[in-house]
Amino acid sequence: MTTSTTSETAARPPIIEVDGLWTQFGDHVVHRDLNLRVQPGEVMSLVGGSGSGKTTLLRQMLGLEKPTRGGIKVFGIPLQNTPREMVRRIRRRWGVLFQEGALYSALTVFDNIALPLRELRVFDEDYIHDMVMLKLDMVDIERRHAWKNPSDLSGGMVKRIALARALVLEPELIFLDEPTAGLDPDRSESFVNLIRSLREKLGLTVVMVSHDLDTIVALSHRIAVLAEQRVLVYGPLAEVIKVDHPFVQNFFLGERGQRAMSGVAAPPT
Amino acid sequence: MSQTHTASTPAPTAAQVDDPAVHALPGPPLAFTLTGAWDIRALQHRARLLRAELKIAASTSGCHWDLSSVQRLDHIGALLIWHAWDRRRPANVRMRPEHEPFFANLDQPGEAVAAPAFDFTRPARALGRQVIGFFDHTVGIITLLGQMAIDTLRMLRHPTLGPWREVSAGIYRTGTQALAITAGVGFLIGVVLSYLSSEQLKAFGANVFIINILGIGLIRELGPVLCAVLVAGRSGSAITAQLGVMRVTEELDALSVMGIPYTVRLVLPRVIALSITLPLLILWTTTVALIGGALAAEHELGITVSQFLTGLPAAVPAVNLAIGVGKGVVFGALIAVVACHFGLRIQPNTESLGAGTTSSVVASITSVIIADAAFAILFHDVGIALM
Repeated sequence: MTTSTTSETAARPPIIEVDGLWTQFGDHVVHRDLNLRVQPGEVMSLVGGSGSGKTTLLRQMLGLEKPTRGGIKVFGIPLQNTPREMVRRIRRRWGVLFQEGALYSALTVFDNIALPLRELRVFDEDYIHDMVMLKLDMVDIERRHAWKNPSDLSGGMVKRIALARALVLEPELIFLDEPTAGLDPDRSESFVNLIRSLREKLGLTVVMVSHDLDTIVALSHRIAVLAEQRVLVYGPLAEVIKVDHPFVQNFFLGERGQRAMSGVAAPPT
Repeated sequence: MSQTHTASTPAPTAAQVDDPAVHALPGPPLAFTLTGAWDIRALQHRARLLRAELKIAASTSGCHWDLSSVQRLDHIGALLIWHAWDRRRPANVRMRPEHEPFFANLDQPGEAVAAPAFDFTRPARALGRQVIGFFDHTVGIITLLGQMAIDTLRMLRHPTLGPWREVSAGIYRTGTQALAITAGVGFLIGVVLSYLSSEQLKAFGANVFIINILGIGLIRELGPVLCAVLVAGRSGSAITAQLGVMRVTEELDALSVMGIPYTVRLVLPRVIALSITLPLLILWTTTVALIGGALAAEHELGITVSQFLTGLPAAVPAVNLAIGVGKGVVFGALIAVVACHFGLRIQPNTESLGAGTTSSVVASITSVIIADAAFAILFHDVGIALM
């Protein structure tokens, strides 16, 4: 297994570094001097109330939005003011699972997963076929679904296929935006298990935005709580719940939170 | 990363990862050693070369493979080696235990699923689908018209419940906002037509007939058709895209479950609005085109604008104006119905939205021209002044 312990990773450079980040929409300040580090091999969950800027922060980490001030480094390379070719190379080293999957509706499942591989223009079709089938096996989708259109699939399958597409270029880092939103509890649990087993197998670093406490508790090594325009607390679950802040107390220790946490004996190593 | 856990070999740090390479060690038995990083980052630029090298290596039977010096491996690298092995694991392979899982997945043969093969009946079936599609559209439009007739009757019985705000908004969007573009196009067409005709008329010395040509041509024929084509491209496509996106975002279903029929809320107001604005736009465009034509005639043939205006009523019987406006009402309703029909049939995917909007514009322009031909036949002996 490739699971890394916290002591081991502490010495290695962080995968994502957010330094003094300011985000401002007009007069409205979303992030005020926000700092955050994501260590390799860890699952980091971003948690926060609506409007706390989780999604904005995620989009800034992806280079889709530009912060007002401050910088974000991924793999040690700043996303801002960097040659476009360099940013493109970074982007090939990460995978993104969007909330609704964002499968290309005009392409079949097969073509969706094959697209990033074909874009490299290195591999022939025979090879791509095997690679796509391998990824479908990895996310537990039967091969016969490969020629279907995304509109013919259920929400759970769309997410799995989107995950297969995110994983097809063997990324080191993967972003999950609400990975279990819109799935029923059963599917949500099996999706969480899938993410966990893939993470262990492939040694991925995961950055996740989620509202679902079950998902957060089951996957996260560290949780970053965004509130009051900054990272209120960043640490393992046990540390986070000690913080006396109304959002933390409501979110983790409300009735729903108690239920989620009692269901899991111990957070993942 | 996985390498840090190997005890036997020194753990490579990121700095000292080598490029992937194939080394041959002379036998017997002949052995091939793979070294370096066999992952996507390293393979991206060397895949072709390595594949060729591996292929040559694999063609030697009974050789040994040593993969234990591979520093990094991922599925892409494993698959490349696997392909060289002809999808079977050779007898003598050494590799690190943590690299085994990448091949373990490949060892399990899933059922082979090939892309559907080319089907020779496809052209025939495509033709059949088009014929059926045509009938499908016809039935769809008739159904929509019937539904609209029912809605109109209900609206006439309860006029206060009519979608008047939507009609008013539609008139503004399809009419007021289209004034500039129709005027611009109309003026230029008037000038061009006038210049071209002048050249011919001058040759016959029949200068004064420019009034007849422009009057009849623009008021009866060109004004209405030109305006309808512009509006079909401008407002028809917008209507189709609007309804299409509402279908994609399930807004149409949301209206239905609230008990609000979308034919009343969305289709009817657009049809009413367009059949009001198009005749008005036609009058506007024709007027501007006539002004353009008159100005060009003055420049080219020396017929003054006042001469042109006094001659116009004699050359063009007033009934032509009614025909032009009447065409406008029919064309407007046609464009709106066709656009709504295509908009409502859009499937929730991006391709369908694009294809639907295109076919909507093509179909509405085609139907306008067909309707225009019908008008020409019906009114062939009305409104032509004989000298």
